[in-house]
Amino acid sequence: MTDKNTPLLEVKDIVKRFGGLVAVNRVSMEVYPGEVVGLLGDNGAGKSTLIKVVSGVYQPDEGEIYFEGEKVKINNPMDAIKLGIETLYQDLALAENLNVYSNIFLGREKVKNLLGAIPVLDHEYMMEESRKVLSHLGIEIPSLKNRIKNLSGGQRQSVAISRSVYWNAKLLILDEPTAALGVTEQKKVLDLVRTLSSQGVAVIIISHQLYDVFQVAHRLVVLRRGEKVGERLTKETNPDEIVGLMVGAELVEGSK
Amino acid sequence: MLLSELNPGQRFLLFLGKNWVVFFLLFLCVLFSFTGTGFLSPKTLNNILITSSPALLLAAGETFVIITGGIDLSVGFVRGLISVISAIIMRDLYAAGYSPYVAILWGIVVGIGIGLLPGLVNGILVAKFRVPPFIATLGIYGVANGFALRLSQGFPITFLPPEVGEIGNGFVAYFLPGKGYSFFKRPAGMLPEDMRNLIGVVPFAFLIALLFILIFAFILSRTPFGQHTYAIGGNIDAARRAGIPVDRHLIKVYMISSFFASLSGVLATLIFSIGAPTQFASSLELFAVAAVVIGGASLMGGKGSMLGTFLGVLVLSVLEIGFLMSGILPFYRYVAVGVTLIIAVLIDQSFPELVYD
Amino acid sequence: MPTPEINQENKKWLYFLGRNWTILFLLGEAIVFSWMGTGFFSIKNFQNILVASTTILLLAAGETFVIITGGIDLSVGFVMGLCCVISAKIMVTLQALGLSSVTCIAVGAGGTLLLGLLPGLVNGILVAKFRVPPFIATFGMYGIAYGVSEILCNSVPIAGLPALAGFIGNGYLLYYLPGQSFTWFSPPQGIAREEIRSLIPLFPNVFMLSLLAILIFAFILSRTPFGQHTYAIGGNIDAARRAGIPVDRHLIKVYMISSFFAALGGVMYTLRFVTGRADAGAARMLDSIAAVVIGGASLYGGTGNMIGSLIGTLIIGVLETGMVNLGLPTHNKYVYVGVILILAVLIDQFFPEFVEKGGI
Repeated sequence: MTDKNTPLLEVKDIVKRFGGLVAVNRVSMEVYPGEVVGLLGDNGAGKSTLIKVVSGVYQPDEGEIYFEGEKVKINNPMDAIKLGIETLYQDLALAENLNVYSNIFLGREKVKNLLGAIPVLDHEYMMEESRKVLSHLGIEIPSLKNRIKNLSGGQRQSVAISRSVYWNAKLLILDEPTAALGVTEQKKVLDLVRTLSSQGVAVIIISHQLYDVFQVAHRLVVLRRGEKVGERLTKETNPDEIVGLMVGAELVEGSK
Repeated sequence: MLLSELNPGQRFLLFLGKNWVVFFLLFLCVLFSFTGTGFLSPKTLNNILITSSPALLLAAGETFVIITGGIDLSVGFVRGLISVISAIIMRDLYAAGYSPYVAILWGIVVGIGIGLLPGLVNGILVAKFRVPPFIATLGIYGVANGFALRLSQGFPITFLPPEVGEIGNGFVAYFLPGKGYSFFKRPAGMLPEDMRNLIGVVPFAFLIALLFILIFAFILSRTPFGQHTYAIGGNIDAARRAGIPVDRHLIKVYMISSFFASLSGVLATLIFSIGAPTQFASSLELFAVAAVVIGGASLMGGKGSMLGTFLGVLVLSVLEIGFLMSGILPFYRYVAVGVTLIIAVLIDQSFPELVYD
Repeated sequence: MPTPEINQENKKWLYFLGRNWTILFLLGEAIVFSWMGTGFFSIKNFQNILVASTTILLLAAGETFVIITGGIDLSVGFVMGLCCVISAKIMVTLQALGLSSVTCIAVGAGGTLLLGLLPGLVNGILVAKFRVPPFIATFGMYGIAYGVSEILCNSVPIAGLPALAGFIGNGYLLYYLPGQSFTWFSPPQGIAREEIRSLIPLFPNVFMLSLLAILIFAFILSRTPFGQHTYAIGGNIDAARRAGIPVDRHLIKVYMISSFFAALGGVMYTLRFVTGRADAGAARMLDSIAAVVIGGASLYGGTGNMIGSLIGTLIIGVLETGMVNLGLPTHNKYVYVGVILILAVLIDQFFPEFVEKGGI
């Protein structure tokens, strides 16, 4: 059903209100497979709300969502996950006291039957599968048996991303992925994003680190006060222009 | 939720919800005045005040600790330990020939002084060694109990100076209807028949307890020390970064808790004229915690007040005495306490914070 | 921050000591008491320790699950008492109706175990659905259980149970007469007076039954997704939720496990002492929590296991039995347990775990 010109995700004229406040006001955007889109805007611009609509936490008051060309209704986070939309928030949702492969398989543990009847965790399988996905993404972690709390911020981010990839995420939404990381780790995460993109996974990045976003995103969408105020191809713009859009120096419909 | 957005009906409901303890207390008093005989009488009131004194003191100290997000499980046994220690001192000094008042005074002073130690240790364990308060105080609970039992060999300490009972059970003022009144001591020239008519006003022990509670309530609500206590409970990192000496503060807070536990132990010795270690499975500390929570505190810290704790203790005491006087088997009271506690938490959760505008 | 990797031999030994200090401590205790006491190091005495520790063991087993999820169950002591009373009452009532001893005991035990799930259900619902802090919810249940049990027995211990109960409760699986024979379940028939002294009983019934239950749940905790999810909830409840784990239902089950073990403890008590008492578990509750923490769990959740809780229980059990054996006054026990408890936490903090080296 999808050809090269069909967006993986398309949201049309999404409106979301909270009481008297319009958090998202007729925003439309698209993301193509393998594309990295940076979603930018100041605090309160509506980025998080829009993302939560896409990931099923909120339902839009108006507007439509199309996934792989078909109109869909995303009523809760599980619906989004079933479609292949995974969101990684800043807190990463990893269990610190469990190890790498346990986290990758959290909630979907593989069991084998002991003595034919008793279901038991299949550690070997989970570890091997995790090893595969990590190496597929070019991630290096010394031992998968290490607990998350012993890993660095960048490594944790990688594990969280690998989990989404393993479970066939088609669209990955990253909320401030590099916020708490040092420079070297930031670079590793950005490299990972590029790898994902090259493997056909679409990525939406929300970030305040303009420099990082410029490094990886193909396209930038800027929101201000709930409205889309600009959309640019990364290579056709610069940080100053983007900041201007975020802050409100001008209101211009950009080129696609 | 904005205050101005509520209609009068909702505001009333909110008022009820935020102050439910007072209404519950009134409701209980009314209920028991019907089901119990002679519930509404000065004698009962005195009973309630006296019965609630130990819990009141333990709960007062516990309030500080709980507001910082911690808990102190050792208070029940520290009380027993200090009761024993102060009794031993009083007994031995008296036997050595010192005047009873001197013996008593030293017993009190040394008892309370030593009683600060468990708090110091608790505080150091929690603040410096990052031992979870539950564990640290559980450990000290065991240590305190062990020492209490060893010092007393399991038997209550007796042979205290007789004046102990007078002070412990005395009232600030005595009123003999139709005959006269006096302060601190019973009216002179009182006949045995008069005993029944004698009305004691304000038990001395309760007064002392109240005095310290008021002092610390003031400290909690009106001084920077109190403010810092709330801050630590709210966000310990923020408190640290704001320059509050968190470690030292926590140590002081646990010492306050064990101070109150010692005070309670000393008063117990005075009231009963014996020094006794706390019984086996003491639930005093758990009831103190329950009272603090019923009074509005959260176990996560950052909330609570002495007034709330005071009301919480009253609720528990009224339940106990009310059940007793209504002839209900005392064990129903445990059920009632359990239910009250759970309801307290549920109510506090359903009433979100008001936003002023 | 990643723990520095261990690559020196000495440090490795130190860390090994630190991580396994509980077993070493237990062995040390046993050795000390054997050396200083009389008759400590004997099969009979070891079995006594096991039987005496059964109560704490059962309570600790259930508590382990709850504590791993970051909660706590303060109701176990009195739920045990409640179940003790209930089981005794059922047995006495059925006996009065003329049913056979076996039936009375079976129905009494089975019925109690089922009823004993109720307090856990309520605890779980309060904690999971109503977000009542576990401390409060289970403390409330403690009061309720105590009240109900005292009402049921009128605060008088229940007596008049079938004698078979005591036989089971104090019996052993295997009786061995050295040089002659061994029998199952009951001492050999026709045994002469002088021979009773050399009779060696093995495998106390009460302990074996408890051990069975504990092994089953230890397996569940360490090898199944249910156990994995329990740790996950304790580690990061939001992560668990977002991974699709039905956290609310899971918590309810965990509290029901805890109260199941309390119920089992109550039934065991009834069988051992042939009476139903409301205060059966009262003195042991905090000991059970101490045992779990000594065994390596953290009250914040996410760590701990059944073996650790077993070792923690035995540390306390050996201590108690040893002190009695040496004729030491028991009140010092509180001091020692308190100190061990604090040491346990300190040691666990100072010895963070290994970081595994090696390839992906």
